[in-house]
This record gives sequence, C-alpha cells and structure tokens, in this order.
Amino acid sequence: MWSRERGRLKPLRCGVEELRCRRREREAALRKARREQQLVSKRLLRDEALEEAEEGCVAVIFGEAEIQQFLRLAQRGTEEKEREGALVSLRRGLQRPETQQTFIRLEGSIRTLVGLLTSNRALLQLEAARCLHELSHSEQSAVVEACLPATSYLLTYLSGHSSDFIELCLYTLGNLIVESEAVRRQLLPQGIVPALAACIQSPHLTVLEALGYALSQLLQAKEAPEKIIPSVLGSTLPQHMLQLLQPGPKLNLGVAVEFAWCLHYIICSQVNNALLITQGALSTLGLLLLDLAGAVQRTEDAGLELFLLQKQPSLLPEGLWLLNNLTANSPSFCTSLLSLDLIEPLLHLLSVSNVVSVLVLTVLCNVAEKGPAYCQRLWPGPLLSSLLDTLAFSDTEVVGQSLELLQLLFLYQPGAAQAFLQQSGLQALQRHEEVAQLQDRVHALQQIALHG
Amino acid sequence: MQLPPALHARLAGAPGSAEPLPVERNPAAGTAPFRFAPRLVRFPREHDFFEDGDVQRHLYLQDVLTQVGGAPERPRVPEFTCQVAGCCQAFGALDDYEHHYHALHGNVCSFCERAFPSGRLLDAHILEWHDSLFQILAERQDMYQCLVEGCTEKFRTSRDRKEHLVMRHLYPVDFRFDKPRKSRGPAMPGAAEQVLAETLGDDGVPSEGDAMEVCSEHVEPPPEPAGERRAYSHRCLTRI
Repeated sequence: MWSRERGRLKPLRCGVEELRCRRREREAALRKARREQQLVSKRLLRDEALEEAEEGCVAVIFGEAEIQQFLRLAQRGTEEKEREGALVSLRRGLQRPETQQTFIRLEGSIRTLVGLLTSNRALLQLEAARCLHELSHSEQSAVVEACLPATSYLLTYLSGHSSDFIELCLYTLGNLIVESEAVRRQLLPQGIVPALAACIQSPHLTVLEALGYALSQLLQAKEAPEKIIPSVLGSTLPQHMLQLLQPGPKLNLGVAVEFAWCLHYIICSQVNNALLITQGALSTLGLLLLDLAGAVQRTEDAGLELFLLQKQPSLLPEGLWLLNNLTANSPSFCTSLLSLDLIEPLLHLLSVSNVVSVLVLTVLCNVAEKGPAYCQRLWPGPLLSSLLDTLAFSDTEVVGQSLELLQLLFLYQPGAAQAFLQQSGLQALQRHEEVAQLQDRVHALQQIALHG
Repeated sequence: MQLPPALHARLAGAPGSAEPLPVERNPAAGTAPFRFAPRLVRFPREHDFFEDGDVQRHLYLQDVLTQVGGAPERPRVPEFTCQVAGCCQAFGALDDYEHHYHALHGNVCSFCERAFPSGRLLDAHILEWHDSLFQILAERQDMYQCLVEGCTEKFRTSRDRKEHLVMRHLYPVDFRFDKPRKSRGPAMPGAAEQVLAETLGDDGVPSEGDAMEVCSEHVEPPPEPAGERRAYSHRCLTRI
C-alpha cells in the first residue's frame, strides 16, 4: 500500500525480523511470478491523514441493502454533508473484497458511481473517484473490469487542472491497465497515449509521478512492443520523459524512478532505440547516473536504495553490462578505462559473484584484445595475481574467461608468460586439465607458457 | 566501486585527454581453441538478466522498499466559502477547494454557465451550441470535431461524431460531455427550459447524478448571440 504520509513515524506493529521475513517471502513470490510471466503489482493511494480524521476503524463488510442505501443517499440526499458522508462510508467499505464483490453484482451500482463521478458536485466527484480507485486495486478481475465504464471519463479528466483529482485518476488508470489485455484494448482506442502526452506537461510533481506509474504499467504489457510502444515513441512523451530525467536541482527522485522504468521497458523492447538516441537519451542517462553515483558518495539516504551502486550487488551486472557494450568496439572507451585508472576498481569486483566476475573479465578482454598498446597499460600490476585467484574458482565460465584473457596477454605482452610461470601459473592451470569445456584451452596455454 | 573524480569530469563534457591508443591485432587472438571476440550484448525484456531489477521494482511498487519521493503537505484550514458569485460551497481544506474550483468554475461557458472538465470540451461546446457561423458552415462541411485528444477527425453531424466516438474510440453511448443540442440554430432564450429539463429528467427529480454542467443553483437565460461574432473568447475564468 502506497500511502501519502510517508514521512511520519508510525509505531512498528511487528518486529524487524518479521519484516525481513515478509520481505523475503514477497521477493520469492515475485521471482516466481516473473518466471511465469505473471508479474503484476498495483499501487493504492490512501490518504492516511484523511483516514485518521475519520477515526479509522476497521472497515465493516456491507451487504446489498447497506450499499443501496449509501448510493441512494449519495445521489438524492438533500443535505450536501449527508451525500458526502454516504459516499465516504461506501468508499471505506470498499476496502473489503467482500463488499467489492457485493457492490459490483448490484444492478446499477457502477452506473450510479459513474454518475456521481461526472456530477456537478466536486466533493462527490472526488469520493466517487476514490471508490473507483479501491475497486481498481482489487485482485479479482471481475471487480477491476467492472470499472471499465468509467475509463472514458478518467481519461477526459486528465486534461483538467485539479492536481489531486488527476493524480487519483492516473493511479486508478495505472491499476486498470495492468489488469488485463482486455482493459488495454479499450483504453488504447480511447486515446490513453495522447491523453498522457497532454498531461505530462503538468507542473505538479505528484501528477508526474502518478503519470509515470500509469505509463510504466502500459509499457510493461506483453503486447507493448507491437501495440503500444510505437505510438508512445511517436508522441511527445519520450522528450518529456528525458527532460524529467535531467540531473540537477529540479530532479525529483520519485518522478525519475517512474520514468526511468518507462525508458527501460521501451529500450529493452528494441522497437526504435535510434530515435531515443537522437533525442539525447544516452547523454541524459549517462549524466544522470553519474550525478546519482556522486550523490550516493555524499549521503547515505535510505530512499536511494535503487541507486546505491556499492550497496546493491544486483546493480553491478547492469553496470558491467553497460561497460561491456561501451568497450566492445570502442578503442576510445577502452583507452579511457585505462587512463582513468578504472582497472584496479574493476579487479576488486572479482570476488563478488560468478556472474559479476565473468562480466569483469569480459570487459578486460575487450580492452586486451585491442593489442599490445592496451596490454602494455594493463601490465604490470595487480592483474596477474587477480587472474591467478580466479583460476582457483570452480565455476567453468569464470575460469574459461580467465583463460581467454591469459591468451591475449601472452600474445601481446612480452614477459607476461614468464611472470605467469614464476608465480606458479602452471599449477593453477593443472586443476582444470580434466574439465571438458576447459581442457583444450588449458593445454594450449601450457604450451605457450613453456615454449613461447 | 568508487568513481574517480576525473571520470565524472570527463563524461560531463570536459575536454578529453589523449587520442585513443593504436589498435593492433594479431590474427592468432581468439582462434581455436580460444574463442573470445568482443560483442555487443542485448537482452530481451523477459531475459533472466532483468529478474533482480524487476523484483526490486515490484517491491518498490508494493511499498516494501522505501518510497523516494516526499509526501506533500496537506494543511487543513478554518472553513471558508468559495468566492465565486452565486456559489456558496464551504471547504475545510485547500485541496478540496482546488478541485471544486477547477471542476465548477474553471472551464465555464459564459453563455449558458455549463462547466466542462477541460478547455477542449468547452471550446467544442461553445462552437457547437453558441456559434451561429458554425451552424452555417456545418451545413456545407464537416465541422463536428472528434472529442478525443489526439484524434483529428471531423464529422458532418453530431450524430456521426457520436457514432465515431462509440465505434472507433469505444466511448459509452451516453457519454455525458457530448449531449446533442435539442434544437437546430443558435441557442435561443427558450433554451433555459431545455437545460433545466435535461438536468432534471422527465419527472422533475434530479436524474442519476446530474451531468456535470450547470454550475450555479439557478440558470439564467443565455444572452442573444451577437450575429457573426465568434465566441472563442467567452470563457468564465473568474479570478479570486
């Protein structure tokens, strides 16, 4: 549940260990869901201040009669306060799945709600929108899809001016979008992409973050590469997104996180990355990464979890992947890596994990394969002892990549083979003589080392 | 991995240092049994490589990780009323008032005081309901603009447009911001009763949620439209 009042200290209702355990369970569930291509998460916008003002008691389950009563009062009550109160009660009741089910099965209920959403009473509109939002967050498809009659209005309201209301509409749309392809098949012809493109010009950060969320859900869809991304790329959305990712004093992290994910979904779908590059995506993202890394070194804000390169080993593969693609075919990037003394920091990463080690060694191979001038700069130094260490690994991919690097060093750097022998390199090689994927290369290196 | 300050400066656009080192390859490099060759790597979106990142993303969405944005302040103030003439709504919070203002007083037609959710819908309304030149042109060409943002189609009649909205854009048949005018020709003083009739429904009781149009309690008859004068500038943007 994403709540609005995040800065407040709330008493922990359970211990730290329980929280950790819950997180591990959630993580495991998410991994499983991803493997089954069922990764769906929604956001719930609940105003905790509002709830506390209403003496937040646990929502009661309402039956048909009660729901009908609330709807009737909301529609036709004589007193303004009475009408609002009825809708507020309904909204709180809709926090319960049982009440949601009863509600959607009641004839005319959605129609009435949509009527209130489009009424001339602003507060009723807001409460009706909150009711829809609760429904949109449900795990039951039937409940979520019951909201479909409201979508044309939610989209229409995106071009209004009331930031709170627009924010609510966006989160509701985001939840609906991720529910099913059927929902998206309605939203796309209704013009969701142009509506978002118009809305992204809003100056309100809360609106922008909500928009980023909704858009990220749209871009994450299975059919996005064929059916959604082309029209997004054809709109003004990409240039606005990149603008919102510019580093500097105006950068808002909550907003940036959402649009960074949007860009990721677009880019890895490989629909038209050239277009993004012409719009300056590379420089924007590169500078942003640097800016954030710099910020990380200055502060240890827990909220920057997503960007802590050191603290999150899971980000190293991505960083190294980037380095691989930068250095693979570029002598100038390889030269930069050398002249900026990045080799030693890279070598430090060799003990993190097998995946990371393979990536580090690949980057080093990218540099070494460019010839003697490059290998000369890799030598002497900690490289040899690091390689001898990696030869002690049991992972065949890590060892294999080390062997490739050794071949390049032996080829281009006079004295490398000699030094290798002197530091008991042959013994290090021996343990892999029988390994199927490695033996040919091991023997070849032994020959080169001994006979030149 | 600590980033050396020189790297930051370089990538931020400071003048680069020396030329790239000369490349000089030996054909023996990477030949059997060796196989290394530098290659660009691209991962498709479902690749396992992205699993960790995706999991992080969803933990964040589910609020298991700390949100990075700050929560905006929502001050409550002593009750006050809307200052727009004819409106007496009371509020206890500025945000509620903001929504009320934009919903009811933001895009208001000065002819008939209907409020619209956006400038686009208001403009279409003024053209179609209060502009006599529009009516004349509409007899000869497609003037009814599609209401969906981003769609540039135009239609001969309001009914054709409605059909387009329903068939092409999957809009509801009773979309509330596309009410057709009951009479042909520019809006006449008698329209006031029409407006009332529409809002109240046949039995005089407010129909299922009043359409979000009439902003004040009573409706005044719209002024006679002044001949050929285009009505674009007639908007009720009240300033506090």
